[in-house]
Amino acid sequence: MRKVLMAAVAACSLIAASSVAGAQEKLKIGMMATLSGALTSGGEDGVRGVQVALKQLGNKIAGREVELIIATTDASPDSALRAARKLVEQDKVQVIVGPLSGSEGIAIRDYSKTVPNVTVVDGSSGALETTYVNPSPNYFRFNSNGAMWMAGLGDYVFKDKGYKKVAVIAEDYSFPYTQVFGFALGYCKAGGEITQRQWVPLGTKDFGSVIANIPDDVDAVFLGLGGGDAVNFLNQYSQTGGNAKFVGGSIMVDQTVLSSKGAAKKLLVGTPSSGGVADAWDDPRWKAWVKAYQDAFPADKRFASPSLFATNYYNAFTALATALNKVNADLSDGGTKLRAELAKVELDAPNGKIKLDDDRQAIATTFITEVAELPNGELTNKFVRTVPDVNKTMGLSPEAFKAVGLPSRTNPECKK
Amino acid sequence: MSDFIARRPVWSLVIIIAIGILAWLVFSVWTPGMEAMMGRKRVFLSALFNGITLGALYFLVASGFTLIFGLMRNVNLAHGSLYLFGGYVGYSIGTLTGSWLVALVAAFVIVAIVGVLMQVLLFRWMEGQDLRQTLVTIGLSIVFADLLLWNYGGDTFQVTTPDWLSGPVQLPFVVALRGNGDAVMMTYPFVRIAILIGAIVLGVAMWLALNRTRVGMLVRAGVDDRDMLSATGVRVQLVFVMVFAFGAGLAGLAGVVGGTFQSLQPGEDTKILLSSLVVVIVGGMGSIPGAAVGALIVGLAEQFGSVYMPTYAVMLTFVIMVAVLAVRPQGLAAARR
Repeated sequence: MRKVLMAAVAACSLIAASSVAGAQEKLKIGMMATLSGALTSGGEDGVRGVQVALKQLGNKIAGREVELIIATTDASPDSALRAARKLVEQDKVQVIVGPLSGSEGIAIRDYSKTVPNVTVVDGSSGALETTYVNPSPNYFRFNSNGAMWMAGLGDYVFKDKGYKKVAVIAEDYSFPYTQVFGFALGYCKAGGEITQRQWVPLGTKDFGSVIANIPDDVDAVFLGLGGGDAVNFLNQYSQTGGNAKFVGGSIMVDQTVLSSKGAAKKLLVGTPSSGGVADAWDDPRWKAWVKAYQDAFPADKRFASPSLFATNYYNAFTALATALNKVNADLSDGGTKLRAELAKVELDAPNGKIKLDDDRQAIATTFITEVAELPNGELTNKFVRTVPDVNKTMGLSPEAFKAVGLPSRTNPECKK
Repeated sequence: MSDFIARRPVWSLVIIIAIGILAWLVFSVWTPGMEAMMGRKRVFLSALFNGITLGALYFLVASGFTLIFGLMRNVNLAHGSLYLFGGYVGYSIGTLTGSWLVALVAAFVIVAIVGVLMQVLLFRWMEGQDLRQTLVTIGLSIVFADLLLWNYGGDTFQVTTPDWLSGPVQLPFVVALRGNGDAVMMTYPFVRIAILIGAIVLGVAMWLALNRTRVGMLVRAGVDDRDMLSATGVRVQLVFVMVFAFGAGLAGLAGVVGGTFQSLQPGEDTKILLSSLVVVIVGGMGSIPGAAVGALIVGLAEQFGSVYMPTYAVMLTFVIMVAVLAVRPQGLAAARR
């Protein structure tokens, strides 16, 4: 009796083993997002963006089940590097979606050159240099960079809003440099003047002295802050009883800030800004995406409408899935075929058409927006106008753009 | 005081002159030449006040930290998590009841209870094993951080300031003269002044409690030699639990305060832990006056740094820490042994 039982158990385990071997192997996709630090809420929304994309694909690409492996970063380049190494060396992924933040992108571009068989699709990082200086052949970016997101804003602020002089308060790393760079290009050409730039460390908690240092004679303050820093600034600014007008960087007026708890965000009402999305755009594709996002998560586990990060990660993942489907998810050649397909992908994305240039950088639409209050008290980005087909030289010839130099704390000058 | 002047005549003179210059900078009307050299007076004054109020917040957190270390030799690296937890608790209770004071008290009590649980359930069982305790606190801080992220998400929270605390007040300092000779007075957020006053009151009360009461005597005796204290028949475990509860409660209270004039978000726990570590290293581990001095120095360094040398502001506090470690490794206000 005992022997029979043993034999039965053995047979069963054999069948079980063979059935496991017979099932198709899961397709591993690595993902990097800032799930700690000042940009946590943005990172979480990036994850939501990918989850919506996966849901729409039925969690399958080319018939294979997708296994998403998420690695956490904190917006610093070394944390991104650690996360990427973990994904590649420990989890053995061959495709990565991410990272989220500017300086992370530059670090991962350099890392991607050391692992030519891994394909990286940028999540939402926006430094100019990532795809402009020494681009990496296996690094793709389907979102605009920080300067492109500012295309047309300077002109709008100077001509339509009539702000002739601005001061800048922004975080001290590559993405805000790029944003101020993009803003200044248009703003100074239109005739505006930037009289002061204050660069604060990412994760600054106390803005008291920075606020006191804002000059009295400016028409508006350009804010290139994000996440918790943005909320801290607004909170402390309202406590000093200030009443300056603002111009917002792309992530200053994003849903990550507009959905924060507390009353200080109301200061932003009427703030012009520009970026890769406009919350209240009435394009049917955008509306469909907003609905998909809202349907996928309960109201208290998401923002009122998808943030820039959710949209960018969604686009990046959708582009990757499209290319993977074309090559039947076959990565046995080290991803060569996949990269050829990725370079050809043209997205009809929720935020306008996106295609890649020769350096695998997106050519996409920029939206000029203005913060408005909805009847229910929520804040949203009212759509003002689009600037279509912005490329990485901002409409300048490559030579003229090169002459301006790279974004930095002081470049471009913009003095009279 | 007179004793100090007699012992250190040169230092006393330097200190008195420094205070004199500072008072003159604060009260005088700046000439254009001074403004050219040091920027506008409003900027200087607000950096000064912000530094002091930021120091007040650091003091609230670091005094609990240093008390726990002084008595139990336990470097509680989960102290920042207690701060963040207190802030979130304060936010939840504040929105529930609509009262800021209730939130403040509730955060103190609830986080103090967590402190009691940590002491009774964990640290009591590994007494005297400093390294093991420290590692456990690191583990706890990671667990806390993830639990808080799970429950509250990554959004930025802000404890609502009550009406009677919000808005600016005018201070009797002239920052500039208008063209017609009228003086422009300094305006400053009232909530920060309230926090400063609260921290001073608390600091003085703690000093009195430590130096003038029987319980304070027990704690001081425990700091000096806890074995001898327990040999004299004092229930030293009870003292430990009380001190841990009070220290943790202070961190929770500071969380509400920090959440009111700054904000709450994941990652704030390690930031505040780092600040309070620097504070107690500069001031001297285990000393309450040390925590006050260290908090003031770090707060001022951060604020003046962010105005006058923004590029190196992040480094400045650590430069100070290194300098203190090099010159006076026991900390500026450490007790003489």
